[in-house]
Amino acid sequence: MPEAMPDNTKTVAPLTIPPISLRRRVTDHMMTGLAVLTVIVVLAPLFAIFAYLVYRGLGSINWAFVTQTPKPVGEVGGGMANAIVGSLLILAIASILGVPLGVGAGIYLAEYGRNRFGDAIRFTADVLNGVPSIVIGIVAYALVVLTQRHFSALAGGVALAIMMVPTITRTTEEMLLLVPRALREAAYGLGIPRWRTTLSITLRTATSGVITGIMLAFARVAGETAPLLFTAFGNQFWNVNVNQPTAALPLQIYVYGMSPYDDWHRQAWAGALVLIVLIVTAVAAVRFAVRHGTFGAA
Amino acid sequence: MAYSAMPTPQPESPASQPIEARKVSDFTPATNRIAPVLRISNGETGDQIFKFAMVLCGAAVLGMLVLIVYELVLRSGPSWHAFGLNFFAGSDWNPVSEHFGALPFVYGTLVSSFLALIIAVPLSIGVAVFTTEMCPPFLRGPLSFFVELLAAIPSVVYGLWAVFVLVPILSNYVEPFLARTLGWTGFFEGPPYGISMLAAGIILAIMIIPIISSISREVLMVVPQHQREAALALGATRWEMIRIGVLRNARAGIVGGIILGLGRALGETMAVTMVIGNRPEIVKSLFAPGYTMASVLANEFTEATGDVYLSALIEIGLALFLVTIIVNALARLLVWTVTRGQHSAAHA
Repeated sequence: MPEAMPDNTKTVAPLTIPPISLRRRVTDHMMTGLAVLTVIVVLAPLFAIFAYLVYRGLGSINWAFVTQTPKPVGEVGGGMANAIVGSLLILAIASILGVPLGVGAGIYLAEYGRNRFGDAIRFTADVLNGVPSIVIGIVAYALVVLTQRHFSALAGGVALAIMMVPTITRTTEEMLLLVPRALREAAYGLGIPRWRTTLSITLRTATSGVITGIMLAFARVAGETAPLLFTAFGNQFWNVNVNQPTAALPLQIYVYGMSPYDDWHRQAWAGALVLIVLIVTAVAAVRFAVRHGTFGAA
Repeated sequence: MAYSAMPTPQPESPASQPIEARKVSDFTPATNRIAPVLRISNGETGDQIFKFAMVLCGAAVLGMLVLIVYELVLRSGPSWHAFGLNFFAGSDWNPVSEHFGALPFVYGTLVSSFLALIIAVPLSIGVAVFTTEMCPPFLRGPLSFFVELLAAIPSVVYGLWAVFVLVPILSNYVEPFLARTLGWTGFFEGPPYGISMLAAGIILAIMIIPIISSISREVLMVVPQHQREAALALGATRWEMIRIGVLRNARAGIVGGIILGLGRALGETMAVTMVIGNRPEIVKSLFAPGYTMASVLANEFTEATGDVYLSALIEIGLALFLVTIIVNALARLLVWTVTRGQHSAAHA
């Protein structure tokens, strides 16, 4: 091709290109217009949701909301302090269970998993990612609640952990594979055993990327309601015992949002705002980490 | 692409090894003299323990899937024995007489999901095409960020917004309008309460747009640049170039994205439960309330009394699980083959 170029320019120059027909030009413009329209239609609900959320949420949030527990039905006031703490408790349990498992599986896939067993795990993780959260809830119910004979924060944590693992596994693998092979070889060349290389060189180098994956998984499960319905169950009172039914923010939003009381609607919006702020902060932190991370930006 | 360097030569690994890897023990005499810190005498034992632990973690992922299947199959046994395949053919859901048929839920799940697809697919493809082919580069980042943000909103918040904003709009403006103009089709008739199959379809559409559009965007981006250039060189307008050079090449991957979106829509619970009305009936009109498989689990699972009732619900969960597994596997396979194939084509 390159050597043919000079000839082409010489011969093409005198040719006149027939003008593009009106119909084709109109179609082109119409399609561009349609594409712009789709973007507007898609972004409209996003802005509508955020605007309404901020409007209702800011109007509803107050000191009592973040410091008090729910008032009995019909009484105005109270808050969701117990649900915020309960959510954090459940998420902590989920992270303790899910993060090591997910990172471990990711390490396996990146360092040892170039075989059929690894492919099977990869495929399973992708499939698990698509399992409806409510089904995960059923499994956690069958595993933990039926064994313990009561609802608990632990059961909710198990359900969310199962949801976190596939995401963490896949992102950890991807991030570890981005670490240049030369780094590993340099470590082996110094006589450092493989396990030590993996932990202190490879994983260390990919830290920001791995954390990104963990945060994404965290943000994803933080807003989950369905798997908590019959695991953590909800609670109107303070509870920090992992073996007791526990309130969670998304659950409380659901119950309050579907209730017939105006004051509960107000609190549902305040709760939604708190939840969104939590999640958006996590996502923004991820973006920040990616931008300033070592390998996440690759 | 194999980055993993192997210290011990592994015959089953075809990855080329530029540096001849040797056992750690081969080097120990040298490291002994140079730096005692680096001497780890039981390096191989440590390696074995570490590898074993990582294999366990990997196996745990497989184990989770096995566990899910095992629990669902085990606990849905009583219902399966009582109703067999008729479970999915019957439309009578009566906890009192312990007679269960799941057809209305299957119907609601399918109709609401397909409704969502009808709305979401053109919009998502439009957004993907705009971000990859048309928009000025400085808009590309923010635009995909905003669409991603749509995916970060929790289901329950979508539901809350739908109940307080979307449903009133539907019942006051959209549904009366649809009834006037399209009422004759039979899909848009009856009282416009707002709480309806239509509301569920719309909120689901909003929720699956990020998935479909981000996968489509990925697939469009791996379409080799020379395909576009070739189309333009033949005198195609931009739209013709997109149609001939880009969309046609990316077809299979986009279909994969759509199926992935379908998988999400089928299993979506909270937002749907809040707006669909939760009535186990099969009605042609989209203005009528319905019920989905996921919603019935959300609503009735904790109040299920009796083994058959609970196991009937778990059987619905099992069906939902199987359907989403199949749908997801199919989608992954499609997206995977396309991006793989295009990658190698781009590098060739």
